[in-house]
Amino acid sequence: MQISNTLKRLTAGIMISGSIIYSGTVMAADTIKVGVLHSLSGTMAISESTLKDTVLMMIEEQNKKGGVMGKQLEPVVVDPASNWPLFAEKTRELISQQGVDVIFGCWTSVSRKSVLPVVEELNGLLFYPVQYEGEESSQNVFYTGAAPNQQAIPAVNYLINELGVERFVLAGTDYVYPRTTNKILEAYLKSKGVADKDIMINYTPFGHSDWQSIVSDIKAFGNQGKKTAVVSTINGDANVPFYKELGNQGVSAQDIPVVAFSVGEEELSGIDTGPLVGHLAAWNYFQSVYNDSNDAFIAQWHDFTKDDKRVTNDPMEATYIGFNMWVKAVEKAQSTDTDKVAAAMIGVETPNLTGGTAVMNENHHLSKPVLIGEIQDDGQFAVVWETDGLVKGDAWSDYLPGSKDLISDWSAPTQCGNYNTKTKQCLGSKAMQ
Amino acid sequence: MGHVIGRFFITLLLAALCNVVLAEDATDTGPAPNAGLHDILNQLASRSFDDKEAAIRQLAGQDHPRVVPLLNALMNRDLVQHRDSGAILLGSKNSDGWQLLDPVSEEVQQQVGSRDARPVVINNRLRTVINNQLALRDLASPDSEQRYQAAGQLIGNADPEMLSALAARRAKETVARVQDRIDVALNIATLNGDDLAARLNAIEALAGSLHPAAKNALRDRVAASDNPAEVRAAEKALARIEARIERYQTADTLFFGLSLGSVLLLAAIGLAITFGVMGVINMAHGELIMIGAYTTYVIQQLLPNSHEWSLLIAIPAAFVVSALVGILIERFVIRFLYGRPLETLLATFGVSLILQQAVRVIFSPLNRTVITPEWMSGALEINPVFSLTYNRLYIIFFALAVFLALLTLLKKTRLGLQVRAVSQNRTTARAMGIRSERVNALTFGLGSGIAGVAGVALAQLTNVGPNLGQSYIIDSFMVVVFGGVGNLWGTLTAAFSLGIANKLLEPVAGAVLAKIIVLIFIILFIQRKPRGLFPQRGRAAEE
Repeated sequence: MQISNTLKRLTAGIMISGSIIYSGTVMAADTIKVGVLHSLSGTMAISESTLKDTVLMMIEEQNKKGGVMGKQLEPVVVDPASNWPLFAEKTRELISQQGVDVIFGCWTSVSRKSVLPVVEELNGLLFYPVQYEGEESSQNVFYTGAAPNQQAIPAVNYLINELGVERFVLAGTDYVYPRTTNKILEAYLKSKGVADKDIMINYTPFGHSDWQSIVSDIKAFGNQGKKTAVVSTINGDANVPFYKELGNQGVSAQDIPVVAFSVGEEELSGIDTGPLVGHLAAWNYFQSVYNDSNDAFIAQWHDFTKDDKRVTNDPMEATYIGFNMWVKAVEKAQSTDTDKVAAAMIGVETPNLTGGTAVMNENHHLSKPVLIGEIQDDGQFAVVWETDGLVKGDAWSDYLPGSKDLISDWSAPTQCGNYNTKTKQCLGSKAMQ
Repeated sequence: MGHVIGRFFITLLLAALCNVVLAEDATDTGPAPNAGLHDILNQLASRSFDDKEAAIRQLAGQDHPRVVPLLNALMNRDLVQHRDSGAILLGSKNSDGWQLLDPVSEEVQQQVGSRDARPVVINNRLRTVINNQLALRDLASPDSEQRYQAAGQLIGNADPEMLSALAARRAKETVARVQDRIDVALNIATLNGDDLAARLNAIEALAGSLHPAAKNALRDRVAASDNPAEVRAAEKALARIEARIERYQTADTLFFGLSLGSVLLLAAIGLAITFGVMGVINMAHGELIMIGAYTTYVIQQLLPNSHEWSLLIAIPAAFVVSALVGILIERFVIRFLYGRPLETLLATFGVSLILQQAVRVIFSPLNRTVITPEWMSGALEINPVFSLTYNRLYIIFFALAVFLALLTLLKKTRLGLQVRAVSQNRTTARAMGIRSERVNALTFGLGSGIAGVAGVALAQLTNVGPNLGQSYIIDSFMVVVFGGVGNLWGTLTAAFSLGIANKLLEPVAGAVLAKIIVLIFIILFIQRKPRGLFPQRGRAAEE
């Protein structure tokens, strides 16, 4: 009797799990699954959750147009909760169990580095929409955000040329993106003749909230007679108490301007930006850019979220560009197979939201315009400087000795992410951190 | 399309009419500054910031009552460019877009949509120029506070043209602190002049001045001068200034340490009571702090127009809410696990996860915005190198007030007597007729309520999100263990000494390393004195 009870339970269990798995796979034949891998909770949720909504909006619009290759798109949303190892697990779940054909995801570089080996092992496709530190170029990843030469270097040039800054505070969150970016910036500043003692570097953990001493140190460093600026690679909700403390301690943008690389309209939407007017950010898009395609995008966004107060920002534009490029590549290749789509992606063009066209280059990076904006009292940015044309993204920085000679070229015949132009050799996966 | 052209023509017509009307006035009364103002303002339509700067300086040079309001309008983004006509007009934002007015006469011209006009863009450099021009005019203001701020703006920023205006103002000035500031500005300017005797006097006057501009001007003088007496005098002055700055920076660090200590005190004192009295390790303590912070958010949502005093309501509300949650935890979870510390730890850890997820479901996984009232923003500036931010200052006082209230409660009330009796020797207390079950529940409620009140304070300092508790639970245990379990004075000493130690190490070692060093120090200290700084005395305290 006992044995047959166990048998009964076992059979029931198999039947239930079998039906769950079966119902999961039965959908795959009729729809194309699109994975969304953004933190919806935790310290990065402030930045990432709006990107999930952007992908959902793009999918809804594409489905209205008839889907891709006649099939409807089905979003699969997971929450890796600002937990970097969980990003890797969720990627495996999306590709292996859910069978997604493409993933739009990640924000912090540590999450992308965590996802990278999984997506390469399972030959998945990742579109990464956020500005980052470079030093990477994978066959399975398309980088629609800015490389350092499309954000960090032009921003520092603006500080030196337009504002006459001679002393720099490089303040960042303690992980790979700020560390690598600061290495690049330090090398660049030294090449421009800035002395060691005129550079102050400082790292804080994610979610840091006690900025008193650091802001006080910044004030002291900035009061030595030479114009000083802060280059901030602080990520996530640590920015909120940082800017509040700047406001409270009276660090005005006219004295010590702060130019941030990871703060956009979304991060500012929860704070009173009155005391922050004049502080800067460097991006490739701002919501305040005036043109018809941006107006249409913003209207569509407000319609989708049913909230007129929701803001748009650069990673949303990168998601928009990436998604449209993916659709074009799939239609061109007439397949969702990763290798075919990746090959078809190179050279794909689609309009961007700053009035021009974005093109996917052979190094899996875009050519983008660089805009410097100042914070206004309504949380928006006013563009105070922009590049004349588009800047082509460079995955390997020219200012670091190990990467000066490297280029990335995924088109035939090179087919290599880190090709050394001096020794004419492909370094393979060894060189990628 | 025709509609747009129609509007365009109406604007042109109105603009022409304005010009005609004003030009008529002008021919009657003399030269026409108004028409000139419109021309100057229209130069602001240029895309070049240099052109805009020239226009601003030209505008500031005009002698017209509208100059100051227009400069302020430019700063506040109220000067807009009409998209169709390209004219620069005064814009007033309303629900339909922009109401455009003539910048000089303030006549209403038309209403346009929100994307049909955009504010004139200025950058930091232009803001400095405008602020300097406004400051120069403010020097003549009847309000002494405005004159004080204006003089501050001009220190180190004064163009040579402004100096005569400054000197003239100094002669008429009566308020002492404004006089001092104008003196500093004039002395700094003199340092760059040609008269050696005047420079020596200026150096003497600036010795000990804490304005950064004074220090920089003296340093420049040392570098640029070839007169050894002058160099010596300047170096002496610099040394005095640096010594003063050192002292104030130490005071600053002390203030930061006290403020961090007060935060630790608030977070830990509730734990000291529950841990001390009942020996219960409550891993959900951080979440009780978070519940207090969310209560503040809810109160602010319920009373949207009273941010100035809603905190005063939030404090008792947070106490009640967290205390109730605490009592529920005690009644339903902890009561069954007395004497089993490991199980209590695990159970309360589970409760903390439940509370975090509940908050994620009820509110949202994203952070909530808690508004800081006006009286808590900004800083009390004691001198240019030493200022106390109001939010931290009030929280230090608040923490001490909470501590004193708790102390009074424990020393002077019946409940406090019962709590102390039960924590010293439970069996004897029960033999004396004290209902220890009830005291347990109330003590846990009290500790949790204090945690809620701490949450109200923390809501002003850090992000209010479901993970708020996680950032403070470790620190709370650290303070309680270091200070001695069950002893309030121990908690106070521990909190403030750890706060100050952390802040003293931070400039040297960085935020992360400072925390690590403090933790290592506590671990080593516990090896020597396992009961903490002020262990509880009592015959049965060992239990």
